[in-house]
Amino acid sequence: MSGSGRRLIENMGWLTLAILVIWQGLYVVIGDIALRSPMATLKFTASFVTTAQFVTHLTETGKAFLMALTIAVVSGLAIGFWLGIKRFASDVFEPFLIAVYSVPKITLYPILLLIFGLGLSAKVAFGAIHGIVPIALFTLNAVRNVKPVLLKTARVMGLSTTATIQQVIFPSALPEIFAGLRIGFSLTLIGTLLGEMFASQRGLGFLLMNAIGLHNVDVIVMLTFLLTGFAGIAGIALLLINRRITAQI
Amino acid sequence: MTQPHIRLTDVEMTFSRPDGAGEDIHALGPIQLDLRHGEFFAVVGPSGCGKSTLLELMIGLSTPTKGSITFEGKPINGSCPDGIGVVFQEDASFAWLTVRDNIAFGLRRMALDRREQDERVEKALAMMGLGEFADVYPSQLSGGMRQRVCIARTLVTEPRLILLDEPFGALDQQTRLLMGDEILSLWRKTGATIFLITHALDEAAMLADRIGVMSSRPGQLIDIVETNWPRDRDSRIVEEDAFGAVTARLWRSLRVESMKAIGKKDARP
Ligand SMILES: Nc1ncnc2c1ncn2[C@@H]1O[C@H](COP(=O)(O)OP(=O)(O)OP(=O)(O)O)[C@@H](O)[C@H]1O
Ligand SMILES: [Mg+2]
Repeated sequence: MSGSGRRLIENMGWLTLAILVIWQGLYVVIGDIALRSPMATLKFTASFVTTAQFVTHLTETGKAFLMALTIAVVSGLAIGFWLGIKRFASDVFEPFLIAVYSVPKITLYPILLLIFGLGLSAKVAFGAIHGIVPIALFTLNAVRNVKPVLLKTARVMGLSTTATIQQVIFPSALPEIFAGLRIGFSLTLIGTLLGEMFASQRGLGFLLMNAIGLHNVDVIVMLTFLLTGFAGIAGIALLLINRRITAQI
Repeated sequence: MTQPHIRLTDVEMTFSRPDGAGEDIHALGPIQLDLRHGEFFAVVGPSGCGKSTLLELMIGLSTPTKGSITFEGKPINGSCPDGIGVVFQEDASFAWLTVRDNIAFGLRRMALDRREQDERVEKALAMMGLGEFADVYPSQLSGGMRQRVCIARTLVTEPRLILLDEPFGALDQQTRLLMGDEILSLWRKTGATIFLITHALDEAAMLADRIGVMSSRPGQLIDIVETNWPRDRDSRIVEEDAFGAVTARLWRSLRVESMKAIGKKDARP
C-alpha cells in the first residue's frame, strides 16, 4: 500500500479515537435517557448481532441495498454515458437531472408506494432513485470533459465507437466517474434505509423505527453505531480505490 | 507525371457558428498542394492562420467546405486512411497507461506478431530517449517528454505519411535540434512522407525539402521555398550560409502576415 494510504488509515484511527472520546463525553452529559456509553453499546451490539432476529433484518437490508445499488450504478452509468456522448441531449437533460437531484426524494415516496406497494421493490426503487442521479450527473460531466484530442486520436487510429468508449472515454473519465459512484453509494444507502423506515415490515430501517416507537435506546444507539461504522468503512475503502485510480493521473 | 502522395485541390474551410449567431469564420484556403512521395514538407505561418485546421482536413477529421483531398489517389472523406500517422499539437498521451503501453496502443490493433510489436516499442523508447521512463505514467513526465511519447506512439505503426503539428513546441532549443536529427534519420530510414507544422522558422529551414509559407487567416500558401538540402543532412546544416538565406527568405514572406495576425493593420512590407 502507498504511503498516503497508510497515513489515511492512521488518521482514521485517530478520528475514531476522537469520536469515542466525544461520544463518552456526550454520554456523561446526556445520560441514559437518550444515549448509551461506547462500552455498553459495544457489549449490547456483540450480543445482539448474533440473534436470528437481527440476522434476518440485516439480510433484508443488505439484499435491498445491493439491488438498489446495482440498479443505480448500471442505469446511472448508462444515462451518464449516453448523455455525455450526445452533446445536444445533455444540454437538454442536465438541468432536468440537477432539478431532480435537488428535490427531496421523500416527496416521491408516496407515489412509489402506490406503484410498488409495501415491501422490497418499493425500498429498492427508493434507494435506487437516490443513487442514479448523482452517478448520472458525474458520469455525464466526466464523459463530456474527456479531452477532444484524445477522441481525435481514437478516430485517427480507427477505433470503433464501442472501442473508443471502452479504451479511451471510460478510462479517461474513470476518476471523475468514481467520485460519482462514491456519492451514489452513500445516497443509495440512505435511500434504502429511509424506505425501510417509512413503509416496511423488515430491515434495519424498520428495526430502527420500531425501536424509536418503543423508546428502546439500546437498539437505537446500536443501529446508529453499526450503520455509521459500515458507511465509514465503505467510504474509506472507496476513497482508497479512488486514490489508486487518480494516483496515475 | 507520378501521382502525388497527397493532393489538395481548392481546399477551403469555413466554420459556421454552432448557434447560428455571428459571422462564419473563413479559416482556410483556397489551398492547392501536392506532396511528393518521400518528401519532407514543412509549413510555417502566423498563429491562428489555419495550420491545425489544414491538418485535420488531411486526416479526415473534418470535411472541407470546398475542394477535395486525395491520399494515394483515393479521396479522403470522413475517416483517416491507413498509412497516415498524426501527432497533434495538444498533449494526447493516455494518462491511464504507462509510457510503454501508450506507445504500444496503436500497434496492438495491428495484425503483427507480438514479438515484432515489442521490438518496435523498445526501439521507439530508445530513439525518443524514453528508455528509463518506460514504466511510469505520463503525469510524471514533462510536457516535452509527453509529446515524445505521442511521437513514438505514431512512429511505431510505421505510417507512410506522417503529419506533425508543432511536435517540438514544448521542447527547449537544444532538444529540439536533436529531436530534429532523430526525425531526419527516421525519415531517411523509412522513406515516409513528412508534413511538419511548426512556428520555428529555423526548424523548418533545417528539416524540410520544401517549406510552405501561410498567410494570416484565411490561411493560403503565399510562398513555397525549396531548400535543396542533401538527403543525408542533419542539424549541422545550420552552420551553412544557405541556411541563413532560407531563414531570411521565410521571414521576409512572413513578417507582414505575422504583424497582421497580431493586429497591426498598417503593416508595410
Ligand atoms: N472548430 C472550430 N470552430 C470554429 N472556429 C474554429 C474551429 N477550429 C478552428 N477555428 C478557427 O480557425 C482559425 C484557425 O485555427 P487553427 O487552430 O487552425 O490555427 P493554427 O494555425 O493551428 O494556430 P496555432 O499556430 O496557434 O496553432 C482560428 O481563427 C480558430 O479560431
Ligand atoms: Mg495549431
